[in-house]
Order: sequence, then C-alpha cells, then structure tokens
Amino acid sequence: MPLKAEHLVVSYPRSSDVLHDVDFELRDGELATLIGPNGCGKSTLLKALARTLPCKQGRVCFEGRPLASFKTQELARRLAFLPQSLDAPHGLQVRDLVSYGRHPHLSWTSRMTSEDWNIVDWALAQTALEDMQHRDVDTLSGGERQRVWIAMSLAQRPRVLLLDEPTTFLDICHQVDVLDLVVRLNRELGITILMVLHDLNQAVRYSQRILAMAHGRIVGDGSPREVVNPALLRELFQVEARLLDDPYHGCQVVVPVRSLHARHIRREREVATTGPAKEAQ
Amino acid sequence: MSRERRQVRNAWARHVAVVAGLAVLCVLVFLVSLRFGSYRASWSEILSVLSSGGDGAGYQIIWNIRLPRTVTAMLVGLCLALSGVCLQGVMRNPLASPSIIGISAGAGLSGVAILILFPDAHHLLTPVAFLGAFSTSLVIYLMAWQQGFQPTRLILSGVAVSSFLGAGISALMVFYPDRVHSVLGFMVGGLSARAWKDVGIILPYAIAGSVLLGVLAKRLNLLMLGDEMAVSLGVPLESTRLSLLLLASLMAAAAVSVAGLLGFVGLLVPHMARIMVGSDHRLLFPTSALLGAALLAACDTVARVVMDPVEIPVGIIMALLGAPFFLYLLHTGFKQHRS
Repeated sequence: MPLKAEHLVVSYPRSSDVLHDVDFELRDGELATLIGPNGCGKSTLLKALARTLPCKQGRVCFEGRPLASFKTQELARRLAFLPQSLDAPHGLQVRDLVSYGRHPHLSWTSRMTSEDWNIVDWALAQTALEDMQHRDVDTLSGGERQRVWIAMSLAQRPRVLLLDEPTTFLDICHQVDVLDLVVRLNRELGITILMVLHDLNQAVRYSQRILAMAHGRIVGDGSPREVVNPALLRELFQVEARLLDDPYHGCQVVVPVRSLHARHIRREREVATTGPAKEAQ
Repeated sequence: MSRERRQVRNAWARHVAVVAGLAVLCVLVFLVSLRFGSYRASWSEILSVLSSGGDGAGYQIIWNIRLPRTVTAMLVGLCLALSGVCLQGVMRNPLASPSIIGISAGAGLSGVAILILFPDAHHLLTPVAFLGAFSTSLVIYLMAWQQGFQPTRLILSGVAVSSFLGAGISALMVFYPDRVHSVLGFMVGGLSARAWKDVGIILPYAIAGSVLLGVLAKRLNLLMLGDEMAVSLGVPLESTRLSLLLLASLMAAAAVSVAGLLGFVGLLVPHMARIMVGSDHRLLFPTSALLGAALLAACDTVARVVMDPVEIPVGIIMALLGAPFFLYLLHTGFKQHRS
C-alpha cells in the first residue's frame, strides 16, 4: 500500500481540529476520489497526505515508512501533489514549467541532462501539449493550463498523484478532457491517484473507489455503488436525491430532488402554513 | 520540431544578448564615470592609470577618489537590486523592496542616533548602520514567524516595525534641530568621499550574495509557484525562504550602511529586469545585478557633473530620474509584466 493514514488528527494554527482520527489506506494502482460537503476536510486530508500540513496526532505512512522520515526532495520523487487554483509566474513557457517537475531528481549542482529533457518530452506527449510547449502558460485556456500542471507532476515520475479539485473552474468539455487524462494516467501508467471532486456524477463515473467525508471523518468507503446512496447523500449534503442507471457508462447518475437544509425546510413550512399568496408578496 | 528548437535557441540567444549588452553598458558607465567630474581626465589617462598606475594629481584623483567611488556605486547598486529581486520573489509581491523588511528604518535610526547623539563617533556610522539594518530585519522575521513565514504577515510586520522606528528617527531630528544637517546626507543617500575601505566593506557581501543567490535561483523559481506546489516539487520551504531572506537582508544592509538610505533601486531595477528577461530568476539575477550597478554608477556620475562644482546626493538623482521612468513603465508595458 503506497499511502496509509493512521489515526490522523490535523488542525490549522489556532483553530480546532479539522480532521478527527482519519484511518484509511490507498491501495496500489487504484483511482480513488474524496467527496463531501464544503469544509469537511477533503483538501486538508490531501495536504496532510502530501505533507504540506503537519499532523497533530497519528501519522501517514508512505510505502511503509512514516512520511516525516522522508526528506522533502526524496518524497517529491515518488509523490506528486497538485493543489487547487495554481498560478504560473508571468512569461513562463509551458516547456519550462513542465521541466520544473524534474527538480526533485536534480541535485544542487547538476543541470538537466538529455534524459531529463526526454522525460519532459514524454510528459508533454502524454498530456498532448507538444504543439503549445513554447507558448507562455498565461496565454493558455484554463483546461490547457490544468493539463500543463498535470504534465509537470508527470515529469516528477511519481508513483502516487494527489489532485485537489482538478476540474474546478473548467467548462464541461475541459472537465471531461482532464478526467479522461487522469483515468489514462491511472490505467496506462499505473499511477495511483487520489483526487477531490465536487461533481458527484463525475466522481461516480470515473473512480474505482469513493471515500465520503463529513465533519473531518471518513463516513463511507467502497465502490461507487456501495457508497453513493440516497441515505449517504442526505447525511453528507442535506439533499434528497435519487439514483438512476446511466445506460451508457454502466454507472449511476445522481439526480438531486430538493434541499433538506434546515433553513430551506423552515421556509417550505412557512409557505405551507401561510399559503403561496402571501409568499408572492 | 527543428523550427521549435530554433525558437528555443532564439529565446535564449535574446536573453543572453540582453545580459551581454548590460555587461557592456556597465563597462561604458564605469569608464564614463571615471572620466567626468570636477577634474576632467582624458581617456588615455584613465587607461594608463588603470593598466600601469602612475603618479601625480591625475593618478591620485582617478585611482584614490574616483575609482573607489565608482566601484562602491556599482556594488551598492548590485546589492540593492539583487536584494529587491530576491524579496519580490520570496514574498511574491511586486511592492516588496529592501525598505519593507526594515532595512531603511533600522539603518536610519541607528545611523541618525550615531550622527546626532554621538557625533564624535561618526566613524562608527557604517558598522552601526549595518547592525541596525540587519537586526531590524531579524526582529521583523521574528514578529512574522508563526509556524513559518507568510508573505503578507511579513510585509505587514515590516510596515509596522518601520513606522515604529521611523517615529524614533523623527523624534531625534525634532529634539536636535541644530544637528539635523549632518544627518541629511545619510538619510537621502549619497556616495561622496567613498574610499577603498568602503569597497572593502561591501565587496564580500556582494560576492558571497551573488554566488549564493545564483545557486538558489532554481529554488526561488519553484517558490514562485506557491508554497504547496514548491513543497510538492521537493523544495524545503522554510529553510529556503529563510536563507533567501537572510541573503537579501545582508546585501541590503551592507549597501545601506555604505551609501545611506537609497531605497528606490531595490524596487525599480527588478521590475525593469523583469520586463527585459521575464520571470526566470536564473536570468533575472544577473540582469538585475548588472542593471543595478550600471544605473547607480550612471546616476552618481550625473549627480557629480550636472551642477558642478556642487554635488547632488545620488539618492535625489535616483528618485528624480527613476520615479518618472517607473511611472512610464507602469503606464506602458508594466500591466502585462507584473510578477
């Protein structure tokens, strides 16, 4: 198992705990997705797994070793993490940014060898960026930019890739584009992937395993069909939803019916007792 | 593919040409700065002094007065420019400059204290100003430290500490109005009467700082992608940031202790360099260093010549020429070239 969290407790400075006693294993070669409402600790968990946040209690093990025992550079050769909403400095070319992914493999003094550049070429080819490798990153569209960041992570040649909301702010075409790429990296290159997605239908369709989080704990873990059901959606998102079969992809589709949020319910009751006429005023 | 390769080579060739051009500019400014002043040397005289020494008044002026002053100006410009690039990079803020981390306020208060309270000890001005500048930046880092540095907290802490010390400077000047004139030169920043010993003070910092920043340039590039991304790419965040901050503080402190409070170079030069070569620090460092050296030596020459025999402090010339130029950049291409 490449990544394992044991009784993980994480908090931000001067605030209460965000993660409580999180325990799970990421299995070799799987594509897993974290789902859950805003503020439930999905991103925090990803950051703790990538060691950009310290653990207060418990620990994370990577390939059987505690994460804390790795040097930053040593870890970066095997584990890549793409945070949310990244910004490239002005005037940086795609190829140069992707070459930054080779940094963990270089020492203080060594320069990029031709082998390093071959790996950069390979990463550009995997993400279909060859044609725009000499353009400035800030002239690209959002979806292309996301592919550039993924290419940079690929150039690290990681065994495990952590992606925090890779499709946020992208239009539907680029969302599908990025997710297809993620699936291909997992299937063809055997990279173990854990990502955070907000779109439940995408999570259900693209992942082998779903981890559902609420209030800093993992409350559901298994295949999409096992985990995603109306009861869980009511508990996690306060939403009444139905699941329909998607005849094209053999997975299920989540159809939200109505919000069960306390405020919403109260308003519905008011409407029911006082009548719609009053509501219209 | 070959066209693409050619494009890459062209981009590199253009950047190398910029750096080479600036190096030539530095040499030209250096020679012009040696030639002009209240004593007009001829080119042949300068070359003979530089190559084989000599004696007489011309040799004394060129070798013992003008040369150390020009070299000091170039090293001060280099140190301030590198410090500015480094700080703007680490803090990911285009407004960051050496004065933000308390260099000006720290050097200002300690320098003014020496000049006003202990005028007999004015020979201690340089080391005391250095200590003041460097220790102030350490205090600011301590104030901003909270499980690591956050650029915003660092900047705010710098502004707060600077205004605190600024109050001290103003108080001293109000309480001792009769001695204010001796302070003015230091507050404005000037290079008159700089000698070889000043070169000796700043040279080690300029050399060590340039070399170490050159080594750290790659990491600073990664730091520009954001903290989490940098860690994910194997950069040890706090140690890298701390070494960059310390280097920037040391270089700026050395510059200010020699030349007084020349604030503007550290803000202006990095932006000019960024417009020339983009945001890759492996190019940005050499470009800024050469540009800073050439700019300050040129301004100092103007300061000496323009109202001869009266000499204007170089800080005034810097601000008079630099501020409009900066505004011009802001108005034209600068919008697309923010860091």
